[in-house]
Amino acid sequence: MKIQQLSVFSENKPGHMIAPCRLLAEAGIDLRALSLADTQRFGILRLIVSDWRKAKGLLEASGAVVKVTEVLAVEVPDHPGGLADVLALFAGTTINIEYMYAFPFRRGERAVLVFRFDQPDAAVSLLQSAGINVLDGGSLDV
Amino acid sequence: MSAAPKASPPVFHPVSAPDYLPTPQLRELQLMRLKAIVARGWDRVPLERKRMEARGLTPEHIASLPDIAKLPFTVKSDLRDTYPFGLFASPMEEIVRLHASSGTTGKPIVVAYTQQDVNVWTSVMVRSFAICGLHHGDVIQNAYGYGLFTGGLGAHYGGEGLGATVIPISGGNTDRQIMVMKDFRVTAICSTPSYFLHLIERAAQLDVDIRELPLRAGVFGAEPWTEGMRKRIEALTGIRAFDIYGLSEIIGPGVAVECPHQDGLHIFEDHFYPEIVDPDTGAVLPDGEEGELVLTTLSKFAMPMIRYRTRDITSLIAEPCPCGRSLRRMRRIGRRSDDMLIIRGVNVFPSQVEAALLEVEGTLPHYQIILTRRHGLDQMEVQVEVTAESFSDKIGALEQLNDKIADAIEHVLGIRVLVTLVEPHTIQRSEGKAKRVIDKRSQS
Repeated sequence: MKIQQLSVFSENKPGHMIAPCRLLAEAGIDLRALSLADTQRFGILRLIVSDWRKAKGLLEASGAVVKVTEVLAVEVPDHPGGLADVLALFAGTTINIEYMYAFPFRRGERAVLVFRFDQPDAAVSLLQSAGINVLDGGSLDV
Repeated sequence: MSAAPKASPPVFHPVSAPDYLPTPQLRELQLMRLKAIVARGWDRVPLERKRMEARGLTPEHIASLPDIAKLPFTVKSDLRDTYPFGLFASPMEEIVRLHASSGTTGKPIVVAYTQQDVNVWTSVMVRSFAICGLHHGDVIQNAYGYGLFTGGLGAHYGGEGLGATVIPISGGNTDRQIMVMKDFRVTAICSTPSYFLHLIERAAQLDVDIRELPLRAGVFGAEPWTEGMRKRIEALTGIRAFDIYGLSEIIGPGVAVECPHQDGLHIFEDHFYPEIVDPDTGAVLPDGEEGELVLTTLSKFAMPMIRYRTRDITSLIAEPCPCGRSLRRMRRIGRRSDDMLIIRGVNVFPSQVEAALLEVEGTLPHYQIILTRRHGLDQMEVQVEVTAESFSDKIGALEQLNDKIADAIEHVLGIRVLVTLVEPHTIQRSEGKAKRVIDKRSQS
């Protein structure tokens, strides 16, 4: 259910994003989802890839700091209010959403969003009990 | 695999005998040698004689140890101004070795040794290693640079004199250093503390756990380092990290070294006479007070140094050390008076920044201070590398880390500085002395 996301620290300077992307490309690792969180001074590149263990090893060998975090890929009905309904599930619970970003593809009538929860296991139960599909890593292949 | 026992039982080495001279005899020896060295300077070094004459002094005026305060100081620029041979007290045919310090500006500083000087230097290095618990049978990896720098050959002769095996690997080529450390079952290493930290980091990348190697001691010097850095090194490797002090103008490494109590460095007072002076007035300060260390070589023939201003800030500890040595100790050098940066009127030492960083969990002391000037105002930026331990996937957590570091630095310095988190391995690693400060103020 939970998906391993890699985060890489990057200085907010021109050209600093290319190196990790090129490294993974040359090793034949697919990027399935990606998001860049940045401030004026630094950025965090968050990646979901086809082989996270290999990608982590390669990135670390190149000198990067890499953190592995468990995130959830959640199917959200792709119509107005679809996301709001999902978010409403968590209102009034102790589960916090640390951040979220959208997947670059759709599944039929559904969009896929990546959520980083502070309590991923509790979030999975809550989503599933509400009938919302939480994808596993394998089903992310396009 | 469990870690091999690192500690070995203390061994009394006969070369340590002079460390335990009763104080009255030590003072008597110092006075005898001081008189001889002052006379030698008077006879053979024109600058020394000229300065003594200007004060109405002759060697006969030195009748007791406190009389040393009458003598003029020697400063670094004296060596530069008289380059290359001006302060030599021996003819070239008696000089068996030259060394030079890397002058950051202009000409290097050249120092000379007679055979007897080399023997004295070897003996103080042997005594240094013995204090650190090294002995015959140890394998010493000497990662100090060989060449004009005194570190390499000083430690080399000392290790051989001790009867240990010396691997003269010199600085650099870190992967090979780690291979040699492992394959040759190295038990002790000599390097700058910043280089050893780099070596630890590289070893971790290569999946080599130094805790599981026979290495048990490191003798680190040639740059100021903090107690926090020692704790970090010892925790990461399981070795004992000893601070050694020296400077080429005096002899090289082996002027003072820590004993296993690690509470101050014992000065080899039978060869180097220490004073602490007020850096501004030059007045001699009593033991215990902090000031600039001034050293007189009591037995150096080729190039006697009378009251040499080291620029290193420390204090002398007169209280006896639990190790039983009668040699006085000095507090470890945290700062040099010429390292001092003045930022918006505040005195800043790089070592204070290092100490602040070590307070913040998860940071390693890979840092650099960048000074710029904007609108006529000094700006100080501290760049700190992100580590696997300190990195988070959450922006908020990284901003918090940034603030925490800035707070820790502000707490020590009293001023708010700009902190920038940078990618790992982007601050240049040094094979010798670490370059902590990049001053671009003259460019802006």
